[in-house]
Amino acid sequence: MSAILPERDRAAEARAQELEARLAELSREIAGLRRRGEKEQLDVGRLIGDLEARADELRRELLDLRPAWQAVALARHPQRPKAQEIVAALIEEFTELHGDRLFRDDPALLAGVGWFDGRPVVAIAPRKGRDTRENLAFNFGMPYPEGYRKALRAMKLAEKFGYPVLSVVDTPAAYPGDAAEERGQAEAIARNILEMTRLRTPIAVVITGEGGSGGALAVAVGDAVLMLEHAIYTVIPPEGCAAILWRDAGRSREAAAALRLTASDLVALGVVDEIIPEPPGGAHLDPAAAIAAVGEVLRRHLRAAAGVPVETLLQRRYAKYRAMGYHEERA
Amino acid sequence: MLNWLRRPKYGAVERRDIPPGVWAKCPKCGATVYHRDLVRNLKVCPTCGFHHRLTAEERLAVTVDEGTFEEHDAGVVSGDPLRFEGYADKLREAREKTGAADAVITGLGAVEGSRVALAALDFAFMGGSMGSVVGEKIARIAERAVEHRLPLVVFSASGGARMQEGALSLMQLAKTSAAIARLHEARLPYLSVMCDPTTGGVTASFAFQGDVILAEPGAMIGFAGRRVIEQTIRRKLPDHFQTAEFCLEHGLIDMVVPRPAMRATLGRLLRFFGAPRLPAREAVAAPAGEAPADGGA
Repeated sequence: MSAILPERDRAAEARAQELEARLAELSREIAGLRRRGEKEQLDVGRLIGDLEARADELRRELLDLRPAWQAVALARHPQRPKAQEIVAALIEEFTELHGDRLFRDDPALLAGVGWFDGRPVVAIAPRKGRDTRENLAFNFGMPYPEGYRKALRAMKLAEKFGYPVLSVVDTPAAYPGDAAEERGQAEAIARNILEMTRLRTPIAVVITGEGGSGGALAVAVGDAVLMLEHAIYTVIPPEGCAAILWRDAGRSREAAAALRLTASDLVALGVVDEIIPEPPGGAHLDPAAAIAAVGEVLRRHLRAAAGVPVETLLQRRYAKYRAMGYHEERA
Repeated sequence: MLNWLRRPKYGAVERRDIPPGVWAKCPKCGATVYHRDLVRNLKVCPTCGFHHRLTAEERLAVTVDEGTFEEHDAGVVSGDPLRFEGYADKLREAREKTGAADAVITGLGAVEGSRVALAALDFAFMGGSMGSVVGEKIARIAERAVEHRLPLVVFSASGGARMQEGALSLMQLAKTSAAIARLHEARLPYLSVMCDPTTGGVTASFAFQGDVILAEPGAMIGFAGRRVIEQTIRRKLPDHFQTAEFCLEHGLIDMVVPRPAMRATLGRLLRFFGAPRLPAREAVAAPAGEAPADGGA
């Protein structure tokens, strides 16, 4: 069973709110100076430069005070390596498979076969776009039920041949739309989760960006669940949490801290098995190095799983998920 | 335990400007009903058929054969693993308000003479949200069903995962699903009954994993919340969107069963799936001193 986490550093949050107030003050001062400069034809460039440098300093300090929010920002960074780039870089002779055989092909979820570490594997990955056009095509990384059903089809293929499944996860959520509901979004997710708990082949999951609730879990039950250092994994986005709890989406930064959604929190909670370190400053600053690090850790886990009899693998997987959670027992 | 089965509390019915406990007003048609009549009618409005929500206690009281229910794992209670602000207070308030320990009651009992493992979620307790306790108790009752070779019947009523337990709540989807998978592998029947409302993480796990899925009329059933969907698609949704009837029409559930017919429907399905039977009613009810004819087994 999971442990109780240590108390959060509330002094840091108080300090962060103080910094925010001072930043707001600074930006008012800068705007005021600019207006005066124009009106009175004064050279205020240096003064403004000084104030802006001070604001940058405060912003950096602010980020350090809020590791959870920093992780949220990095996990959603537009230049973060995309799941399909990771798949393309790590898997040789990748062949994409399309469609759920029931309704349509969902471009928001990539599925296919290829070679990894000299072995055949099946890869699945919700995918986000690199630009607006791609993002529209991939529905901003939010799959429909047919996307999850395609993923299950690919996983069943892996099971049939005893190939490991490699799941690369970066999705904000399952798509919340009327058509998705009509076609059974909940059923598709529930089925995938159930089938993944008993799929008779190794499953390795790596959360590389956003692990958004049920929409992520539908492709993230596995023998090894790994996470990039600045990825997040959460039951609800911090904005949604703040809106529900405090009726104030502006308090997302606090909600991010309260939800304990960083990789180190999740390892402490027993939800994630291992953290994959990112290049200094985040994966977007050196995508190739980040992808190589992912590859190395995946290789180790898949090699370790390769020799394990399926029954043992399934028993371990059951025991692992069965133990997740925290409760107390009264007589 | 038996006390509440005989004397259900009536907290779920809305009362406005009415002396408590005498009259109840239907939130749908506005009709004023003598409270005792409403309860006698299983809390279905006699005027418009609206199904008032039931607490877990009430649900078991109207479903389980009298005197057969044996609660399990009543002592499993929530902690505050994330030290989430306000959670400890919310738990305390919910316990005081409902008198329940958490959002689900589980146990063994009989429905129309068929022995079953049962779970009933309680929307009155923090919106029936699934945290570690709900997940643990559902997993345990599914495992107990396997152990005793009994069918499982689960009544769901939940807003989804309990966000105050963060990712641990999310993992309850995997935990309950793993236990339900074992139930299926043991070739035991699982009947899932969706009551108003069944949404979010509960639909994305055990509620949609039944061999047969039933729902109460008018129950709200769906994964994403209505408001979120409307914001996403920038359109108003029709009134019947995400109702039990809508789900039936779209092939997502097997049947919509009015509350007065629920017990008989479950009884029929349980007999069909070969649920073990209680000893004959006469034998159980035989007066002291008179041995039943053949032991009743």
